[in-house]
Amino acid sequence: MANDIPTPEELAKIDHKPPRKGWMDTPTEFRPGTWSYPGKASALKVLDLPNPREWQPTDEDWKLPENWKEIIIDGLKERLDKFRSLKIFMDICVRCGACADKCHFFLGSGDPKNMPVLRAELLRSIYKNEFTKAGKLLGKMAGARELTKDVIKEWFSYFYQCSECRRCSVFCPYGIDTAEITILARELLTLIGCNINWILEPAANCFMTGNHLGLKPHTFKENIEYMVDDIEEYTGVKIEPTFNRKGAEVLFITPSGDVFADPGIYTLMGYLMLFEHIGLDYTWSTYASEGGNFGLFTSHEVMKRLNAKMYAEAKRLGVKWILGGECGHMWRVVNQYMDTMNGPADFLEGPVSPITGTRFDNAASTKMVHITEFTADLIKNNRLKLDPSRNDHLKVTFHDSCNPARAMGLLEEPRYIIKNVCNNFYEMPENTIKEQTFCCGGGAGLNNEEFMEMRLRGGFPRANAVDYVHQKHGVNMLSCICAIDRVTLPPLMEYWVPEVGVCGVHELVANALIMEGENEREYNLRGELIGETEDNEDV
Amino acid sequence: MNIAFSILTVVVIGLIPWIGTTAVNLQYLFGIIIPYAAVIIFLLGVVYRIVKWGKSPTPFRIPTTCGQQKTLPWIKQNRIENPSNVVGVIIRMALEILAFRSLFRTTRAELKEGPRLAYGGFPWLWLAALVFHYAFLTVVIRHLRFFLDPVPFFIAWLARLDGLLEVGLPVYMLSGFALFAAVSYLFIRRVVVPQLRYISLAADYFPLFLILCIAGTGILMRYFFKVDVISVRELAVSLAGFQPKLPDNGIGGVSYLFYMHLFYVSVLVAYFPFSKLMHSGGIFLSPTRNLANTNRAVRHINPWNYPVKVHTYAEYEDDFREQMKEAQIPVERD
Repeated sequence: MANDIPTPEELAKIDHKPPRKGWMDTPTEFRPGTWSYPGKASALKVLDLPNPREWQPTDEDWKLPENWKEIIIDGLKERLDKFRSLKIFMDICVRCGACADKCHFFLGSGDPKNMPVLRAELLRSIYKNEFTKAGKLLGKMAGARELTKDVIKEWFSYFYQCSECRRCSVFCPYGIDTAEITILARELLTLIGCNINWILEPAANCFMTGNHLGLKPHTFKENIEYMVDDIEEYTGVKIEPTFNRKGAEVLFITPSGDVFADPGIYTLMGYLMLFEHIGLDYTWSTYASEGGNFGLFTSHEVMKRLNAKMYAEAKRLGVKWILGGECGHMWRVVNQYMDTMNGPADFLEGPVSPITGTRFDNAASTKMVHITEFTADLIKNNRLKLDPSRNDHLKVTFHDSCNPARAMGLLEEPRYIIKNVCNNFYEMPENTIKEQTFCCGGGAGLNNEEFMEMRLRGGFPRANAVDYVHQKHGVNMLSCICAIDRVTLPPLMEYWVPEVGVCGVHELVANALIMEGENEREYNLRGELIGETEDNEDV
Repeated sequence: MNIAFSILTVVVIGLIPWIGTTAVNLQYLFGIIIPYAAVIIFLLGVVYRIVKWGKSPTPFRIPTTCGQQKTLPWIKQNRIENPSNVVGVIIRMALEILAFRSLFRTTRAELKEGPRLAYGGFPWLWLAALVFHYAFLTVVIRHLRFFLDPVPFFIAWLARLDGLLEVGLPVYMLSGFALFAAVSYLFIRRVVVPQLRYISLAADYFPLFLILCIAGTGILMRYFFKVDVISVRELAVSLAGFQPKLPDNGIGGVSYLFYMHLFYVSVLVAYFPFSKLMHSGGIFLSPTRNLANTNRAVRHINPWNYPVKVHTYAEYEDDFREQMKEAQIPVERD
């Protein structure tokens, strides 16, 4: 973590009172820790995106194309004609302020431009100026303003300080969804080459090599084989996963972050063990080796281009249906966009669990099932041999990831699983879970190092709720079903609640699984002695 | 600045009919032409706006899910907050439109010592909004007494209910005062809460002041400076019957107050389609609320879906064939 990050005590002194000066007259400041590095020319070129160049937000000249203004206005018009959502959301906000203190970035930073209403107003003011009579006639009085290069700088700053979590849209009396506004604003910015590298590079990697990390096919396979070795060491069970195998019943796709980074790898080991335990006929794919989709954070078009691999690979391999791992925004894409963009998946069959015979009617059209739906069904039908006491040293709480919660409604499945594989489960306060859950602070492509201060600020409401159950119940493990969470939450916890670890739900499942032919399970998947982990202290 | 501008605007709007009907005899303009024009602008404007919205498609199904999805049969779905059929959507929309469901969730976040973020408090905004809208509706319906002859029973009944307290003479109508109080609250809130003041535009204050003036002139007319109700009714009935005619002896009593009231209403009605007040129409079309979350069960069609450039498996295998073979990953072509 960078040295210039304030201490938690300093950071928690948050002033939510806006300044005297109006927001239109407040210029954007690019302070270290509050912005992400811009997209590299090389990444833009891979994706054929406009205006590849070297630049920095702190530069005076952003090297925008000559006709940047025209591009933005035309782009906005095109999107107003294509998306009713945008038109409605631009027109009907009454600025009631119900959303203001619902945004984690506002709660953690106090910056008024992080109030969802104002974030939308950054775009709305230009919309009014260009497309409404009131705005043209009354200007500032109607909330309209001229599009200038400073507005572009402001957009870049604040539309990359929104994690598209949709919490504000739960409270909005008209359902105005800031995520939708941010998505489209980022599309506009991308038209003139203003985007961030943490999104563009993974997207480019995903396009060329199949996953965000740019793991080539053999490396992808090797990484998983390392985990197979670890599993054998800790459990004595030898697993032999297959890759790009034609004729498997199920194609399994999960975010590549879990192939690579701690603690996500333990979740992935969990999948391997679960599938071995139930004897699932499945395959991994190195071509469709990414569940996540950073195209969602770039533009609808890039999202579609990356997502296309899932169905294409399922078709090529001739599987019956697709099973998807724990991931947040991946499931937003799968649930809300995939079938519309790249369907119909008429070459697949309606998903049926080969173990329990359960038909997943809710996925009848996309033919893609969420791993927690699948596992919950296994547990309900008593198909897993479990010893939840192996997780007794853990006091677990569950972080609902924004996208499965608010773009899907996947709330009870993971809870059912956790309660069956752990004996100690405690919920965080109700204003911070389920549909009201708080972002980890790094969603929508913002989980980069240079953005750390804002991440810690944005993650403050989540961390604060964890701290509450940590103090009240001694919670020492924060479980989640999202790969970005598993990367973002550990530094967040380390900063605000250092005694709490982070894990995926299927890590907990695997630790409780009684595998056929296993040894006396002394170690958990992290190589820690069961019952003697660091978290065992009384709090 | 925004507040001053809005106040100035409503004052000027009030002066126009006052001068127009006292200094100059423009009763016909203010009593007949302007109200008709306002209604025409309103109707055309609202239709124009809704058609304009309707022209843009809903390319993706993006409901904000606020409860458990429909999934395995033994997991209880929240059929209203995460609807999976039309009935659920209708109930969700009805709750949103009639009871302001989402606003009811509103809590205030407070940073306390610790640091501890706490969320709580009564949803006053929800209550004020509810009182405001229902009081306004009651007032509007009650006013139909002026326009309809004979007065339908339910309007008479509503007016009786509205005046239930039966205090004084004439009977005090609760709705008018409730409206006035709720609008005042919504205004004070905008000024007192710093974040709200920061985001508020003239376009936010102006309708509040306009409605305050409408309610204010109405209350003044009814309880303090009496207007001849018989002649007002005569005018209203003639307007409603499309045979507009000013009463022979004009509007009796403090007539300029009446014309001010009517002019304020006309301005509000004409302003409506071009302002944020269109939220009342927009909410019906809001795609995060009016769509069922059947995303994975039923395919949603995007009318402008177009083919995109993808990196095909064949291209991918060409890039990595040797490494794949070496790692014993099956390939299509040797």
